This record gives sequence, C-alpha cells and structure tokens, in this order.
Amino acid sequence: MTPKFKAQAGTFESSDIMVLIEPVAEGTGRQVDISSTVMLQFEKDLKECINQVLDVMEIENVHLIAKDKGALTPTIKARVETAVKRSLGIQEGTL
Amino acid sequence: MAKKKRRSMLYIPGNNPAMIQQSGVYGCDAVLLDLEDAVALNQKDAARILVRSMLETVNFYDTEVCVRVNNMQTPFGLADLEEIVPMQPDNIRFPKTESVQDVKDFMKEVRRIEKEHGIKDPKMTIHVMIETAKGVANVYDIAACEPRVDAITIGGQDLTADMGIVKTPDGAGIDYARKRIVMAGKANNLDVLDTVFADVNDEEGLKEETEYIKKLGFAGKALINPRQVDPVHEVFNPSENEIRKAYRVYSEFYKNTKAGIGVFAIDGKMIDAPVVQRAITVLEYANIDIKDIEKSLE
Repeated sequence: MTPKFKAQAGTFESSDIMVLIEPVAEGTGRQVDISSTVMLQFEKDLKECINQVLDVMEIENVHLIAKDKGALTPTIKARVETAVKRSLGIQEGTL
Repeated sequence: MAKKKRRSMLYIPGNNPAMIQQSGVYGCDAVLLDLEDAVALNQKDAARILVRSMLETVNFYDTEVCVRVNNMQTPFGLADLEEIVPMQPDNIRFPKTESVQDVKDFMKEVRRIEKEHGIKDPKMTIHVMIETAKGVANVYDIAACEPRVDAITIGGQDLTADMGIVKTPDGAGIDYARKRIVMAGKANNLDVLDTVFADVNDEEGLKEETEYIKKLGFAGKALINPRQVDPVHEVFNPSENEIRKAYRVYSEFYKNTKAGIGVFAIDGKMIDAPVVQRAITVLEYANIDIKDIEKSLE
C-alpha cells in the first residue's frame, strides 16, 4: 500500500514520539529519518521497530520522519501504525 | 484467596504513553485506561491503538487493568471494542449505560469479537457506568441483566450535567443516585464504585467524601491523580483495632461453628451472621485470608 496523504501521530512529550509521513511516488522506496534524545543508544532499535510496522502494513514507498523523546517500543509501534493509517485514509472512529 | 480490592481506580488518559507505561507503579488497586472523556475527538484513533499496543507489552504487575471505551451511540464505541476486546484486559468500562437493552447490545458486540478472535471462556468482566437520570431509574434491572457485569459505578459529572444541576462538594445532587446504585449493586453481589473527586488539591475534602461513600457501601472510588491514592487507601484500610476485633470475631465464629453453635457472644455482645460477614470484609481489606485463620485454629 502507498500513503496518499501527509499525516502525523504522536506528540513531542517525554516518552512519546512524533511520526510524520509524506507520500512519495511509486518505486521511490522507503526513506526513514530519525532524530532522538537517545539516538546514540537506540538508533538501530528505533529503525528496526519502525521498519517492522511498515513491513507488517506493507508500506514500501514512503518518507517517514520520526522525532523521538524516549518512547518505548509499544508507543513507537502505535504511533507509526496510527500515522500510516491516517496517511492511507483509514481513520475509523475518529472525527 | 482474599477478594480483589478496588479501593482506588485511577483514570489514565489513553493517549498519554508516559502515564500508561508507569501505571503499575502508582500503587492503586486498578487503572482505568480512558478512551472516552480524557481523549480529544481527533485523537480517538491514536489512543485506542496506543492502549492496545500497551496492553500487549506493558507489565501492570498486580494492578487490575480496566479500559473505558466510548459509548456505543458515538462513532468511536465499536471501533474501541474491535481494538480492545481481543486484548482481554481485566475489565471494560461501559459508559452511559441507560437500560438493559444497552447492556445487551454492548455484550452482543463483545461476544461477537471474542468469537471472531477464538477467545473461549473469556475472563474479562464488564463495569457498567450509570451517568444519566434514566440509568439511575433503571439501575436495578441493569445490575441484574448480565453475569459478566461484576461492578457498577456512578459517573457524577455526567449525571449532574444530565440532571441540569451543579455538582456541589457535599454531593447533595447525586446522593439519591449513589444510594440507589449501591442497593442495586449489593442486591446483585456487585462491587459498587464511586465517582471522581475533582479537586486534586483538597485532600481533606477527598477523605471526607471517601469516608461518606465507604459508609454507604461503596467498594472504592475513581481517582484522577496518583496523589489521591494514599488518602483513599487510608480511609478504606481498617485500623489495627478493627482488624484485631474482626480476627477475634472470625476465630470465635469458626470455633463455635465447629462445635455446632450458631449464635454466640463476645464480651456480652451477640455475634450472628451479619457481624461475622462484616468481620470477613474487614479481614479482606487487611489482606488476611480467612483460610489462614482457620488453619491456625486446627
């Protein structure tokens, strides 16, 4: 699936992560840009976690920007999933 | 095993990862992960995905975990159930319950989702929230209509709004509702849980209100700040003197029952079934298992 809209999820609060998604043209591939307060320690884990969600949701062409404030794995996964669903126009049960 | 206590049930906003991940260390008996009033309308999707993800991973230790979903009449209620029911938290809190039909409709969806996810013999229970005048009027039928309902709770803010009155510190406007809901709960062997005390800076007021609702028969209270946990526990925890007295009553009861004596006296006061039941309740709140007392008397 390919994101259709610009979307974001999360906050800049401590223990949270802000995820922004920009649609890109088919065949562009994934570009994941991460900045984090714990970049030195967890850059690899952050990237892996984000890519896992993108894999499960079958998102191949996307530009994802993540600003992390020390979020735990379940928060990272939830925010990426939310941002992707919003970018796909899947926002069931939300005004 | 002693009965699970529900003295303190702390609301945690469902879109706040920092608070959710720390839920297990606040010392409250239960956490209420809130997808309803604590979540902005345009963040409902984010909150339900976050809560589901947290339920998969976070260790809540021995804290009971309840999720308050949105009412089924809103665009969010069913979507909440689809995400949360498969995770089987300890309980789901169903807000603005007004009738037996509401509960039936709600349970129909819960059971459908459980079936679709192959959940057999589900342990998750339901807490119904009474928050409207109609709900108060129908509370006896609501309390009796579904075996998976194990607690009933009053929502004071919404109830006063529905009644068109102001919630005052003395709770006058919701006093009848509190008493009616307690009776309905007790008649059906349900825990009855009180509404929040909104002023987090007024510890004395919180204690006074908790003393009052304890006297009415409530098992606990919903809280909105971790600072409210200790004062509420202080009120619900029995004093050393109460525990000693309850221990003595139950010990004498056990010995007399074994000897075939139904009613007996301690210090000239008659001890019968209701007194024993009160003693058992005190021992439960003191984390004393009556089986241990019985063993010590063998």
